[in-house]
Amino acid sequence: MISLTHFLIISAALFCIGLYMVITKSNAIQVLIGIELILNAAILNLVAFGRYDKLNNNGQTFAIFAIVLAAATTAVALAIILNVYRKYKTIEPDKIDQLKD
Amino acid sequence: MNLTTILFYVMAFITLGSALFVAYSGSLVRSVFMFFITLFGLAGLYVFALADFVAITQIVIYVGGILVLILFAFMLSNKETLSTLKRESSIFIGFKNWPSLILSMLFFVVIVSVILKAMPDKLIWISQAVKAGDTFKPTDTTANNLGINLMTRYLLPFEAISILLLMVLVGAAHLSRKEGGQ
Repeated sequence: MISLTHFLIISAALFCIGLYMVITKSNAIQVLIGIELILNAAILNLVAFGRYDKLNNNGQTFAIFAIVLAAATTAVALAIILNVYRKYKTIEPDKIDQLKD
Repeated sequence: MNLTTILFYVMAFITLGSALFVAYSGSLVRSVFMFFITLFGLAGLYVFALADFVAITQIVIYVGGILVLILFAFMLSNKETLSTLKRESSIFIGFKNWPSLILSMLFFVVIVSVILKAMPDKLIWISQAVKAGDTFKPTDTTANNLGINLMTRYLLPFEAISILLLMVLVGAAHLSRKEGGQ
């Protein structure tokens, strides 16, 4: 049996890599990948704790819900990115600085 | 040090290494394809946490759905985005990235120290669950109980998520429609 601490430390490392990507990357798609890494770190935590709940399956059920939510988020975010690209001809978050049309 | 532990460390190394490469690489295409490897490694880690159904779901939804979506998104956007990326990738950790590197390292140190202080293996509810035999064994099948719980105990979040998926479907189709085309 692998102890919980191992899973939690791996998840912390994934979270920090995702945080680094969200802060530094100058491309909206890479920022999105960083957000996916952060979400995956959270899901790993849920699954690791869910091992100790066999009857109610709390952790695993909500891990599945979180995966579905991540898929939904990505679909909407990519649609928004495509729209932004069509309007501004760039997907660099720093260059998009107009609020009005 | 038995075989399970060695395999776990190998899987963790693959996951973290490919995630580091995703963050390090300047090219968008390379980072997306390394993200594939990260997701597969994470599915392996879920198997080690004895959640095989979640691992399969991860592969089906993430690798089959999200990554194909991301690939489509940058195939639909122009080649210019890829070329501007390459130009900036010559200095991989330039001077402007040091503060964020230090920030994320410090964040990691804080989280790890909190984890080590909290001692998650000795939490009260976990030791109670171990005593009551409420933990998964490697020989158990998890999918049956998960399906029953999904349809009884967690029916409300299940339905809420299905409504949300419908909204996302309509919203994404509306957002990615061509302007003025009607």
